[in-house]
Amino acid sequence: MPSVTTLLTLSINGQDHVFEAEGRTTLLDALREQLHLTGTKKGCDQGQCGACTVHLDGERVLSCLTLACQAEGRAVTTIEGLAGPDGALHAVQTAFLEEDAFQCGFCTPGQIMSAVACIREGHAGSEAEIREYMAGNLCRCGAYPHIVAAVRRAAEGLA
Amino acid sequence: MKAFSYHRASGLEAARQQAATTDAAILAGGTTLLDLAKCEVARPEQVIDITRLPGLDEITVDAQGLRLGALARMARVAEDAAVRTAFPAVAQALSLSASAQIRNMATIGGNLLQRTRCAYFRDPASFPACNRRTPGSGCAALDGITTNHALLGTSEACIATYPGDLAVALVALDAIIHLGERQVAATDFFLLPGTTPEREFALAPGEIITAVTLPASRAARRSTYLKLRDRASYEFATVSVAAGLELDAECRVATLRVALGGVATIPWRARAVEAALTGREPTPEAVREACLLAMQGATPRPDNRHKLELAPRLVARAIETLLWEERA
Repeated sequence: MPSVTTLLTLSINGQDHVFEAEGRTTLLDALREQLHLTGTKKGCDQGQCGACTVHLDGERVLSCLTLACQAEGRAVTTIEGLAGPDGALHAVQTAFLEEDAFQCGFCTPGQIMSAVACIREGHAGSEAEIREYMAGNLCRCGAYPHIVAAVRRAAEGLA
Repeated sequence: MKAFSYHRASGLEAARQQAATTDAAILAGGTTLLDLAKCEVARPEQVIDITRLPGLDEITVDAQGLRLGALARMARVAEDAAVRTAFPAVAQALSLSASAQIRNMATIGGNLLQRTRCAYFRDPASFPACNRRTPGSGCAALDGITTNHALLGTSEACIATYPGDLAVALVALDAIIHLGERQVAATDFFLLPGTTPEREFALAPGEIITAVTLPASRAARRSTYLKLRDRASYEFATVSVAAGLELDAECRVATLRVALGGVATIPWRARAVEAALTGREPTPEAVREACLLAMQGATPRPDNRHKLELAPRLVARAIETLLWEERA
């Protein structure tokens, strides 16, 4: 079928963005290719790696398996929206720096978005719980021990 | 991913009519549909988003039992305190499924309708032969790597495993799938492949799951879901077991419910195990003996023969866990 585009308005990091989207356009592709918010990463593009994790109305979801149209009228938060208006890093971002919780950094935006939600959900009470509830975010460099430490540190700081 | 048009359903009846056309697909959480569209296994022309229809996402637990609206998200059901108390196997099956992100997205109805993870089914470009995808084209899995393929309920046309966790708990606990007015027992909802593996669910064109109900029972309250995986988390089951148990006043088995995941083409009710222990004193020997019947009728393949032993052991562990809880 011919691709049909519609004019879509999405609220991203508190700001409305208007753009043309196809029905099949994923939230991930809209963010990266059309709105040039490239902090959200495309890893597997099949819901298996978590690199594309963003928040929809405050809950962590995979933007590669979400259609841009589905996000209409909902609040999208990406890694670009975590820091304060003055540029002050979010506690989880700071903890990732302090614990050196990354190597190549590709999975890091997804890890951080997932960690923020993990702590908010109350699933960062122990290392075992953090490992279980962060299992949807893969790190091919294997920085897991440092990621777990960063989530713990941030959870304690935010408690 | 092929282009498609996106429609937001205005009501359930409108969605049913739109979905009844051949090239339309219902969109709920999207975690299966968009994944399969990217593999080009699903090739819808129209996608009908039902997630904004009101009143379909409620979770209610009362003396009669549990009712899950089809649009309730997996994470909400998994964390629901009343579900965890009255139907632990359901909550545990959901908690052990997928990842936190996917559990926030995927719905109860969509979860039941997830498609097999068979690598041959999911890769049309490399493996044109798949009876489930293209009826009559053959089955690339039969001579392929069969570790994750089914041993129970298979046919010459298809050996693909049903991948879900929730459905295993639902089949064990006698759930009912509601399709609007029509109701289908969970045990009848999932279809054996036989000669028509492309027919996976007892759904007519345009029918939409609206709710799932489970009757309250002591066996549901004393239930559990165990899942073995090839890695610690975020993985489909190698073998899983949903079990529910009720003992009578003499500590004999009054009711036993057992279903298996990861080893069959559909969520598999292990009635032979149930029958062997019902009315009996569940001594370790009796449990072990009954559990050997879990894989009765299995057809192993070269790479999955180990599950003949693994599945009965996991069933035994599930029953022993429930007995230990019951006696505690």
